[in-house]
Amino acid sequence: MLVLSLAYQSLKNRVLTTTLTVISIGLSIALLIGVENVRVGARESFANTISQTDLIVGARGGSLQLLLYSVFRIGAATNNITYQTYEHWKNHPAVAWTIPYSLGDSHRGFRVVGTDENFYTHYRYRRDRSITFESGRLPQDVFEVALGSDVARTLGYKTGDKVVITHGVATAAGRGILDHGDKPFTVSGVLKKTATPVDRSLYIQLEGISAVHIDWTDGAPPMPGEEVPAAKITKQTMKIDQITSFLLRSKSRIDTLRLQREISTYSEEPLQAIIPGLTLQELWRTIGYAEDALTVVTFFVIIVGLLGMLVSLYTSLNERRREMAILRAIGAGPVKIISLLVLESFLLSIAGCVLGVALVYVLSVTFQPIVEQHFGLYVPIQAPTMTGWIYLGAVAVAGLLIGFIPAWKAYRNTLSDGLSVRL
Amino acid sequence: MSETSPAIRLTDLHFSYGKGPKILDVPSLEVKAGEKVFLFGPSGSGKTTLLGVLAGVLGGYSGRVEVLGRDIAKLSGSQRDAFRGSHLGYIFQLFNLIPYLSVMENITLPCRLSAERRGRLNGVSLEQAAHGVAKRLGIDELLTKRVTNLSVGQQQRVAAARSLLGAPELIIADEPTSSLDYDHRERFLELLFESCKAAGATLLFVSHDRSLMHLFDRQLSLPAINKAGT
Repeated sequence: MLVLSLAYQSLKNRVLTTTLTVISIGLSIALLIGVENVRVGARESFANTISQTDLIVGARGGSLQLLLYSVFRIGAATNNITYQTYEHWKNHPAVAWTIPYSLGDSHRGFRVVGTDENFYTHYRYRRDRSITFESGRLPQDVFEVALGSDVARTLGYKTGDKVVITHGVATAAGRGILDHGDKPFTVSGVLKKTATPVDRSLYIQLEGISAVHIDWTDGAPPMPGEEVPAAKITKQTMKIDQITSFLLRSKSRIDTLRLQREISTYSEEPLQAIIPGLTLQELWRTIGYAEDALTVVTFFVIIVGLLGMLVSLYTSLNERRREMAILRAIGAGPVKIISLLVLESFLLSIAGCVLGVALVYVLSVTFQPIVEQHFGLYVPIQAPTMTGWIYLGAVAVAGLLIGFIPAWKAYRNTLSDGLSVRL
Repeated sequence: MSETSPAIRLTDLHFSYGKGPKILDVPSLEVKAGEKVFLFGPSGSGKTTLLGVLAGVLGGYSGRVEVLGRDIAKLSGSQRDAFRGSHLGYIFQLFNLIPYLSVMENITLPCRLSAERRGRLNGVSLEQAAHGVAKRLGIDELLTKRVTNLSVGQQQRVAAARSLLGAPELIIADEPTSSLDYDHRERFLELLFESCKAAGATLLFVSHDRSLMHLFDRQLSLPAINKAGT
């Protein structure tokens, strides 16, 4: 207890170096815990890009490919599935709801997604958030389109504007040669930002996809004079032949695996069903090596912080030789001298840990909403994770161990100095 | 320790730092219990080294060193530390105090380190005992002050109070008055003598200022007893 109180008062006495050392360790701890939280947040956010969807179903192919085009709008499907097949599964007794996606067209680099009302009713991300409108309403007419918030913001569109969609997927720069220019769409509404890939698409009705292709044959535009004018098209007259994929929610989670197997072995059409959570994890493992790099960098920051502490303790030793000689003279043994310095180092690292954790909380509380809105990254505000505690413990122990270096030096000093320190 | 045994007895003491030249070669030295001894000698004559050996801080000597009847070479390192803490009071020339502790904390530190020394307070609480010693030395008003706010004279009296609290049998003072002016020096010594007398402590006072030597029971010239360097 005496040594603890000595260590505390000694640190208090050197308030400037103590504060600077604690701040330096605190900042490295904040960085370490912060990065850990962001890592957890990123993984969580990524895993929850799509929520409450038990299965994603598409034509047979790669499972990652299905995930990429259905959720992230990256790449394209090799095959479509027939609408009859879709209806079969839609009406399956174990299925709660389905959301059909018809992909393949684009607008100035953004994908156009044909879907139906279920998308607006059932689609969930970040566990339980649903699609809401920033302005306007969902498309009700064949030639109406709802815009993801990034699309509206990037292209400066608002409700009532006309949008011409392009056949196939074109980049933002290279406008498609084959526009569906004869059948422009009207913006009926703009979705609220979700900070998921939902923001980067345009949503029309399944019938809209059929409508723009009604007069096309074998992927080629109609010959002059064979066009079907938009005015003649109504939702009722449109027939949907095929879709690209669909999201599925089963009535009970227990059914999911059975349903997945049933879909994969469907004899009418080669299908595959993936569990998005699992495939997302698989994808995360592939792209997640960046987080390891980040962790490595933060470890170096911690090492620098601890080295700073070592330097400050070590350099203070010379001016403290007199103090050590006094302590020796009044009966403090080497064990007490060593424990004094080790305790000082330990206290510094503990204080650094506390400051670091506090800093992370303050920063998280302050910036969480901003980060979430701008980056779609939900950084959880929570007690340190298991990994976090391990980091904190490791830093405290490292502080303790590092303390032995100046302590040993101080002990050597007292041996050679004896009771005489000529300053 | 029996009544008759001397406070310090050295026989054939030889000491050098590592493989360096011999610093101490003292065939014989004895200081009686309760004696006030003035030890003098020029700088570099080995005064502080001798004190380090007596305090059990410097080891590696040959010969026999008995302090308060104990052969300190036979004590282990930690026993020597405990022995020093509970039986010795030490006053340095300058910078005697731990800068980050208050006056009270500085005075009570040896007693807080050594349970044996605390046990000699005769049932009086540590704070009360410290207050008593401080009052005798005229520094009882300063107890809550930071030591860095004290004058040099006040600091030396705090150091004296610290060395006296808990009634150690041997007080070693290494030029404690060299930084004080004449008036303060006299006053400080009077107080020190008074307190040593009250506690029945032996005083080994080291200085090169021979104007003080007449105040002591006995005067010892280190060059005269130390054959090294002669």
